[in-house]
Amino acid sequence: MKKVIMGNHALSYGAMLGRAQVISAYPITPQTQVVELLSEMCADKTLDAKFIKVESEHSAMAACLGASLAGARTFTATSSQGLTLMHELLHWASGGRLPVVMGNINRAMAPGWSIWSDQNDSLSQRDTGWIQFYCCSNQEVLDTVIQAFKVSEKLLIPSMVVLDAFSLSHTYEVVDVPEQEKVDAYLPPFKPQIKITPDEPHAFGGLTSPEHYFELRYKLQKDMEKAPALIEETGKEYEKMFGRYLGLVDEYCCDDADIILITSGTVGSTARVAAEELRQEGIRAGNLRIKAFRPFPFETVRNIVKGAEKIAVVDRNISYGHHGMFYEEVKSALYGHNDSLPVFGFIAGLGGRDITPSTFKEITNYALKKKKPEEEIIWIGVKR
Amino acid sequence: MKKEKKMKLSLPEEELMNSGHLACQGCGATLAMRYVLKALGQKVALCIPACCWSVIDGPFPYSSLDVPIFHCAFETAAVSASGVKAGLEMVGDTETTVVAWAGDGGTFDIGIQALSGVAERNDDIIYVCYDNEAYMNTGIQRSSATPYGAWTTTTPVKHFKDRPKKDMEAIMAAHRIPYIATASIGYPEDLFRKTKKAKEIKGTRFLHIYAPCPTGWKSRPEDTIKLARMVVQNATFPLYEIEWGEKYTLNIKLKEKKPIADYLKIQGRFRHLTEKEIASMQEEVDKKWQRLLSLVNSK
Amino acid sequence: MKKNKQAQKIVFKSEKDVPLMPMSIGTMLHNKTGVWRNIKPVIDLDNCIQCGICWKFCPDVSIFVEDEWPVVDYVYCKGCGICAEECPTKCIAMVEEEK
Ligand SMILES: Cc1ncc(C[n+]2csc(CCOP(=O)(O)OP(=O)(O)O)c2C)c(N)n1
Ligand code: SF4
Ligand code: SF4
Ligand code: SF4
Ligand SMILES: [Mg+2]
Repeated sequence: MKKVIMGNHALSYGAMLGRAQVISAYPITPQTQVVELLSEMCADKTLDAKFIKVESEHSAMAACLGASLAGARTFTATSSQGLTLMHELLHWASGGRLPVVMGNINRAMAPGWSIWSDQNDSLSQRDTGWIQFYCCSNQEVLDTVIQAFKVSEKLLIPSMVVLDAFSLSHTYEVVDVPEQEKVDAYLPPFKPQIKITPDEPHAFGGLTSPEHYFELRYKLQKDMEKAPALIEETGKEYEKMFGRYLGLVDEYCCDDADIILITSGTVGSTARVAAEELRQEGIRAGNLRIKAFRPFPFETVRNIVKGAEKIAVVDRNISYGHHGMFYEEVKSALYGHNDSLPVFGFIAGLGGRDITPSTFKEITNYALKKKKPEEEIIWIGVKR
Repeated sequence: MKKEKKMKLSLPEEELMNSGHLACQGCGATLAMRYVLKALGQKVALCIPACCWSVIDGPFPYSSLDVPIFHCAFETAAVSASGVKAGLEMVGDTETTVVAWAGDGGTFDIGIQALSGVAERNDDIIYVCYDNEAYMNTGIQRSSATPYGAWTTTTPVKHFKDRPKKDMEAIMAAHRIPYIATASIGYPEDLFRKTKKAKEIKGTRFLHIYAPCPTGWKSRPEDTIKLARMVVQNATFPLYEIEWGEKYTLNIKLKEKKPIADYLKIQGRFRHLTEKEIASMQEEVDKKWQRLLSLVNSK
Repeated sequence: MKKNKQAQKIVFKSEKDVPLMPMSIGTMLHNKTGVWRNIKPVIDLDNCIQCGICWKFCPDVSIFVEDEWPVVDYVYCKGCGICAEECPTKCIAMVEEEK
C-alpha cells in the first residue's frame, strides 16, 4: 500500500512490519514521532509488543538488551545526545551478541544545542560493534529496518538504521508499505538457540579472563566479516519479493565517471542532482553513496572507483585531529590497491548547514583543478 | 552416636548456590543469595550488575548458581530485569520471577535512576539490594550507603564519612510500590518469609538485605552473623516492611534496644571513632528509630 | 546434591569451541576452596543437638546433612569460623590446619 509518510514513521512502520516484540525508547527531537506512532500501534494492538516507557535512552537500551537476551525481537530509536548516552550499552549489545535493531536520527552533538543534521553522533559509535546503515529515502528507511532484523538475527550482531534529521526524519515522501504476510515470509520469527531461561540456566557476560576474551572478540569480527555478503544476499531476496534492492552501496553513473563524489545519507540525492548538472556541462561526474558504513564495504568501493581519475569524499562529520570519517575509510580501502588515485576529503554541512548542488559543484571544481589533495581537510562553506 | 533424631532445618534443604564460589571467607552477600534462592526456587532469572557478586559467581565459562544470570551494566540492574521480564513474557514465559540483584553502590548510587524508573512504572520484578555499605568490588570505596563515621579507602580516618546513610526505604516508599522490606542475613527465616511473600506479589518489590563484609569492614569472618544480628537489635538496621508506601510493619520488636558501641567496636572501619562521636551517632540512631516507630504506629 | 554435579575444568582448545557470547557451561565445583583454609572446623557430635544452625549459616554450602548429622565438606570449607561461632552448644572447634 502506498502511503505518504515522514521518515520517522517509516522507522515505526519498519518495526511494526518486523513484528518487534519489545520496544523501549525515550523521546528526543527529531526522533519523537517514531515513539509516538509506536506507542499508538502498541495501544491499539496493531502491533503486539510491550513498550517499556523508560526514563532515559540509557535504560531504553538496557531494557532492549534484557528482552533480546530473553529471546524477543527488540527495537528502539534515538538521536544524538540519546545515542551517545547509550554508548556503554552499545558495546554490551554487540559483545553479548544481542541483535537489537535501532533507528538513529543523525543530529549534531551539543554544545551548543543543535537539533540539525550531522553524523558525529552515530559515527562516534563506529567501534561499538554495530552494523550501521545510512539511508537516503523514507522508503529505504522502512525497507532497511526489516532487512536489519534479518541480518542482525542471523549474525547475532545489532544494527543501527541511520537517517538525517529533518531532511528525512520530518520529510514526507511516498512510501510503499509492504503487506504483513509478505514481510512475514521474508522475515521469520526470532528464535535464538541460546537465551536466558531457567529451563537451561547459563550465566551470561560474566568475568572473562585474558584466556578467553580474545577469542570472543575474534569471533565477533569474523561474523562481522560475513555481513557484507549477507547484506547483499538478503537485499537481493528483498528485491525479489518487494522489487527494491538493498545493498551495501548505491551508485550513480560511476562506470564512466572521471570524478566520483562519495557521500552518505540524504546528501547522496543532492550529489546526484549535481552530477547530472555537471554532466550537462561536460564533466563526467558520478556518485557513490555508501550505505553500509559498518562493516565497511571495502571491496565494493574499490571495484566501483577503479576507473575514476579522482575521488571526492564529502563528510558531514569530523574526527577531531584527524579527518572526515568516510574519507578515512575510503583511503584505507584503497591503500595498497589503488595508491595513485587522488582522494580529496571535504567537510561540509556540520550542524545542519545546507549542502546544495552548488556545494558539490564547488567540490568538483576544486578536485578537478588540483592534481592531488594539498590539505588534510578541505573545508566547504566555513565563513573564513 | 546417640539416639535417632531428625536434624532440624529451618529452611529448605535444596541448594541453588554451589560451593566453589569466589567470595571471601565469611561473606554475608553470599548468604543473602543462598537464602533468597531457597525462597524463590529454580524458576528465576537474575540480573546482576557490576558488584562483588559478579566476581563471586565465578568467571566465564562457569557459574556458582543453578539459575540463569544476566551480568548487566553497573547502572542498569533494575531496567535490565524489566527488559528480561518483558522479553520472557513475549516468548510465552509468564512464570519466571525476574530479579535484579545489586550491591548498595548499584542501588543507592549509580543505579538509582533506572531503579526509580522501574518502580514508578511498577514493573513486575523483584529488586534485591545486598548492602555491604561500600563499593567492595573496587576495593572498599564509600557509597551513599556507607554509614556515618565509617572508614573506607576514599573516606580515610582523618576524613571519615561525615554524612548519614541514604534512606533508601523512604525513597522507595515515595514510589508507592506494593512491597518493600528490610532484612538481614542474621535472620534467615525472616528473610526467607519476606522473599516468599515478595514472590507472590505483582509489581515492583524491593528487598534491602544487610550483608556484612569482613574484608571491607575489617571485621572477623566469624562475626558476620553476629554483626547481622546486632545491627538489628541496636536498631541501626531495623527489620520492617512497607506496603504501598504507606503501611509500615515492624518485624522484630525490640524489648531492649542495645547500644551501638558494642557493634561498632568489633569492626575495624569504626575503630578511630571517639566516645563523643559514638555518642552522637547513638543519638542519630535513636532519632531514626523513633521516626520509624511513629510511622509504624501512625496506621 | 552437589555430588552428581559437574566439577570439571573446561578447556577450549580452539576458538571454535568457545561460545559466541561469554556464558557459563559448568559449575565452580572444580574450584576446591578448601585450600584457602588455615583453620578447620571439627564437630564434636557427642555434644551436637542437631539444631542445623551451622548448616544454615555456612556461606560456602560446606556443611551438609548426612544421616541426620552435620558433616563438614573439607573440599570446599574456607575455614571462616562462622559455624563454630554460631553453634549453640559450642561443639565445633576451629583447629589449626596441618599443612
Ligand atoms: C559504569 C561503571 N562505573 C564504575 C564501575 C566500577 N565498579 C564496578 S563494581 C563497583 C562498585 C560496586 O559496589 P556495590 O554496588 O556496593 O557492590 P559491592 O562490590 O560492594 O558488592 C564499581 C565502582 C563499573 N563497572 N561501571
Ligand atoms: S569483599 Fe565483602 S562482599 Fe565482597 S566477596 Fe569479600 S566479603 Fe563478600
Ligand atoms: S568454617 Fe565457614 S566455610 Fe567452613 S564449614 Fe564452617 S561456616 Fe562453612
Ligand atoms: S550448630 Fe552445633 S549443635 Fe547445631 S547442628 Fe551444628 S554442630 Fe550440631
Ligand atoms: Mg557494596
